[in-house]
This record gives sequence, structure tokens and C-alpha cells, in this order.
Amino acid sequence: MASTLAELEEMQREAAKGASRASGGMREVTYRDALREAITEEMDKNPNVLLLGEDIGAYGGSYVVTRGFQEKYGRKRVIDTPIAELGIVGVAVGAAMAGLKPIVELMTINFSLLAIDQIVNHAAKIHYMFGGQFTAPLVIRTASGWGQLGATHSQTFEGWYAHVPGLRVVMPSTPRDAKGFLKAAVQGNDPVMFIEHSLIYRNRGLIPDGEYILPLEGAEVRKEGSDVTIVSWSRGAILAMGAADELEREGISSEVIDMRVLRPLDIDTVAKSVAKTNRLVIVEESWRTMGLGAEIAAAVQEVAFDDLDAPIGRVGSIEVPMPYARNLERIIIPGKDEVIQAVKATL
Amino acid sequence: MTSVGSGGTATIPGIRAEAPDAATSNLDLDHGQLRAMFELMLLARALDERTWLLNRAGRVSFAISGQGHEGAQAGLGYAFDTSKDWLHPYYRDLTLVLHWGMTPRDVMLMNLSRKGDPNSGGRQMPGHYGSRRLRIVSSSSPVATQIAQAPGIALASKLRGEDVVTLTCVGEGGTSEGDFHEGLNWASIHRLPVVFCVQNNHYAISVPMEKQMAVRHVAERAAAYNMPGVQVDGTDALAVYRAAREAVARARRGDGPTLLETVVYRFTPHSSDDDDRSYRSREEVEEWKARDPLIVTRQRLQALGALTDEQEAEMQSRVKASVDDATDFALAAPLPDPEEAVTHVYAG
Repeated sequence: MASTLAELEEMQREAAKGASRASGGMREVTYRDALREAITEEMDKNPNVLLLGEDIGAYGGSYVVTRGFQEKYGRKRVIDTPIAELGIVGVAVGAAMAGLKPIVELMTINFSLLAIDQIVNHAAKIHYMFGGQFTAPLVIRTASGWGQLGATHSQTFEGWYAHVPGLRVVMPSTPRDAKGFLKAAVQGNDPVMFIEHSLIYRNRGLIPDGEYILPLEGAEVRKEGSDVTIVSWSRGAILAMGAADELEREGISSEVIDMRVLRPLDIDTVAKSVAKTNRLVIVEESWRTMGLGAEIAAAVQEVAFDDLDAPIGRVGSIEVPMPYARNLERIIIPGKDEVIQAVKATL
Repeated sequence: MTSVGSGGTATIPGIRAEAPDAATSNLDLDHGQLRAMFELMLLARALDERTWLLNRAGRVSFAISGQGHEGAQAGLGYAFDTSKDWLHPYYRDLTLVLHWGMTPRDVMLMNLSRKGDPNSGGRQMPGHYGSRRLRIVSSSSPVATQIAQAPGIALASKLRGEDVVTLTCVGEGGTSEGDFHEGLNWASIHRLPVVFCVQNNHYAISVPMEKQMAVRHVAERAAAYNMPGVQVDGTDALAVYRAAREAVARARRGDGPTLLETVVYRFTPHSSDDDDRSYRSREEVEEWKARDPLIVTRQRLQALGALTDEQEAEMQSRVKASVDDATDFALAAPLPDPEEAVTHVYAG
């Protein structure tokens, strides 16, 4: 049994509560507005930044991230494209090689598969294949997520991209990370898969006033604890926080780590935590087989084998294509209960 | 084989086919330029043949050839301003990259994957040419991906207000990929300064034209994108030059892209890894070799009084010296340093 809408709303309240705890020099924004701020600041600063995507202009983007940008920056810089993911990324790769800074919006990560050749065989390899002559610094924004969208529209492919050297892959869970990472992605010289989540655009959180960027590296400890380490990213990290709160009430102290950046993976932060808690649970929304959780588990045991007092726990989706019916979908996607159960199995 | 490809002039609804005899009229190339164009073709052929020899001798592990395509490429190349235009070639475009400024030494360093290979430092396969300095973008092994990228390069030029045209090439086999449709569609929507050249050599490795597409001529497809589609005899460099010049002028005027189909024949197997005897007859190959672009272009130049036997003999000796020099230079060059295997993954 898993997430309900009520549970998601609770998560959003939790996120907002976390925000209200912080103090001066900060302000509260939604995840969506954090993205909008990042794009606006970069477009204001650099005329080479342009946006390409389906329905991003007059329509404002499927998740309303680019609303109003075409009016502000014009049709030359905010380009409504044909429904042609391969073409969009192909054009962006060409434009990036020729010196522009394209930010591509692919409506969902499911549709990125139509462009995967341009991403994996081109964007990721151009700098290497040219011996460093050309860079392809495009940013591909896309949304992971689910919510009664069916088998081909609810998938979680960050692990596919994190597999590929030459790409940087980020999957922020908070408005602060979303803004700081997106700005770093636009200012950087490498191709970046910037993966959002359809269910967290309205989440609120504190971000620093004024401009800031966050380097595209490093996991972050979201909550300190002593009995078990729970690792996740994106919406999974929010789920882990919710589970940790509930465990806390039962007297179990969890340390929660948000991986945030999936390539390069920060295993050190996880290993340090495991040295303290001796137990590890990895939570992902994707299928576990050949997934990122498998890689994290393998990498952690290589460096922290002697610190582990229990087998590493893993929570993921049930391995079937996603069904549409709400009750079926909730069976498939992991929720707080599964995380709590997995934590208890390690104790 | 298409009717134009076998030497005639075809009238095809919606597209224009260049008549070969029209090619020598209204030319703006002087005799010196015509000879330089011919020498470029000779050089590309000799370099290609040498690479093939090195492959058969076990020195080059992979060779992919442009033999038979030299006329089409030389004619194309001369229509562009190589000091500013971009080239997003495919793996048969040896003649084009030489015209754009790559040297025989550069090419041999790549073929032998030696240290100092300016294309990629030994990282890329032979035939996948790339030079930022020369504005040559490395093509991909999955075919036609450059067709999706070239409009992006042109978009950058257009947004910056630069007077730059991008040339991208593909075989007729690559036109079956979705990239081809998406790229042409994009370029036409935004009237981007791109020339798409399909070098139609009739086979996608082994699969003949009629099993690749239900239209008789690739150029017909231009109608679907509301751009001109022009088919031209690719064995005749001057005919190609004339057609390409118009396409380039159109792009520079801001009127958008053109689909140019040059009808050629490849004289070698697809690559050093296949045997073409399984899919085409020796008679067919011989028939086309009688219309080798080197023969056709030589005849054109001689008819114009632009080429004597003595001049050609001098060219041949320069070409041989250049290919020998490139071969010796590259064979003497060291292998890439081992650390090169793991550098340049990220630009940082």
C-alpha cells in the first residue's frame, strides 16, 4: 500500500513547515517559481540562452514553468516546437555546439526516449569525441512522475541517463536546489539532464534572497539521525522525510540523505552516514532491477562493508508497467509504509 | 537506378533536374578554380585508395569510402564560403572536409588514430571528421542525426544575424530515419539557412532504393516541407556546383533550406567490413565506373579548354607526394597517450 493524495498533501505541508522554520535572508517560493526565477535570471543575463519545447510559448508549458516567457523574451528566444523530441534535442545540440545555450523542455521523461539517441550518442559524447574541441552545453528539463497517467507516461528513467558518462544528471527535491542547480546547469559547459517531478511543482520551500548557484555535485543530509540511514532523491527524498518523522515517534532515529545529483554520485556522504548508523535503506520510485539503488548499494558496500550491521534495504516500484486505475497505481508505487517496513527490517 | 542517375535529364513533377549540358554555361569559376576543383577530387580519391590499402595491410582497422562521390562533393564545396560556412558532414565526405581545410595529414592521423589527430585525438572512428577551427562537426554512426542538428547550427547563425550557411550531407539510406523528417521540417518552418544534400548512391549498405522508399527520387520529398527539391547528376561536379550555388544563394537571402539530391555511385563496399558482391553485380559496378566523376569532370574541363594532359600529370604528381607525405607522417606519429582515454569526458 502506498501514497495517497492525502499523503502527498501532507508532504507538501511538511515541506512548507520546514520552510517556515528558517530565518532571515530567505523567502518562500514554490518549486515551479524557483525554476522560473532561475530561467529568468539566466535569460536576462545571457542573450544566448533560449528555450525550446512543445507548448512552452503561448501555452506556458505543460507544467506552467514557462508561462509569460514568450511575451517577455520574444518568439526568437522562446520557441514553440513541433512534436518532435528527437528534432528538438537535435536542434539544441547543434545550437549548443554553435555557441547558444538552449534550455530544452521535454514534456515528460517518458518522451525523452524519442530523443535518447541525440542525448546519449551526441550530447553526452561531443566533448569527448572531438577531443575537447566542442562542447554541447544544453540543459534538458524534463519531468518524471506519475498520477494516473498509465504505463507509458508514469516512468522514472533517471537511472538510464545516470548510466552515461558525459552527462550530468540532477533531480532536485527542493525549490532551493531546483533554482541553484538550474542556474549552474545553464552556466556550465556540459550537457545536463535536469529532472523535475510532476508531483512537487507546487511544493514550497525557502530559497536565499538574491542570486545564488549550487554546484552540480554532492548529496545533502536532510535530517540527522543515529539508527538508520535512508537515501533517496526527488519526491522519494520527501517521502523518506515523512517516513523518518513517523519512525521518530516510534523512537527510531533516521538520518535522511537526499542524493540530489545522480551523476556524479556522492557515495562519500552516504558512507559517512552509514559509519554512524550501520544501516542503510535506499528508496526509489523506479523499478529496483538494474536501477540506481542497486548501484548505490554496491558502491556503499565497497567502501563501508565493515560498517554495515544488516543487509542494505531497498524500496522501489513493483516491477510491472504502471496501471492507470488509482487503486492499482497505489499498489505499484512505494509509499511511507513500505519505507517504514524496510527500515524496521534492518534493525 | 533513377533516370537522371544514368545520365539523362528527368522531368519530375515538383522537382527540377539539372541537365548536364546546362552545367557548363553560366559558370563563374575560372580555369584555375576548375583545375583546383579537379585536383581536389584527385587528392580525395588517392587518399581514399591509400586508406583502403592501409586497411588491407592491417594498419587501419576501419575504412569507409567516398570513392565515386568526389564530383558531387567538389561541386557542392565550391558553392560555399569555407571561411565562414559550417559543414556537418557524413562519413563519406572526405572531398568536402579537404575542401573545408582539413589536410591529408589530419585525415591520415585520424585513420591511423595517432597522437595529434586534430579530429578527436584518436577517440573517434575514421570518417567521423570534426574540427571546431574549420567549423566541421563530427557526424554520428547512427545515420542522419546530423540532419536534426544542422538546423540548430543554422538557428544560432540566424539568431546572431550572421551571414553563415550550414551544409549537411547524408546518404539516401539516412533519409528513412525520423531525423531526416524532423530536421527538414524544422529548417523549413524557421526558413533556416541550411543546404541538405542527399548523396544518393542507391544502396543503404545492401538494401536497394526500391526497398528503402516508395518514391523514385529523394528530391520529391522536398515538396512535403515546402522547400525546393533539386536532383542533379552527381558524377558531374560542374552540374552539382551550379545547383548548389543556387541553394546557397537562396539560404543567404533568408529564403530557407533546399533539398539537393546528387545521384552518385559508391565504387567500394559500404565499408572495409562488408563484401558488396552479395548485393550488387560486377556489371553494374563497371557500368558506373565508366561514368566515374573523375572521368566526367576531366571531360568537362577538357571541353572547356581548362585542362591539359601536362597539367593533369603535374596534379597527379603533387597528389601522390601529398598522400605519401601524409601516410609517412601519420605512420611515424606516436599512439595517443594512455591518459587520453579518460580525458575530455566533461568540459567542466
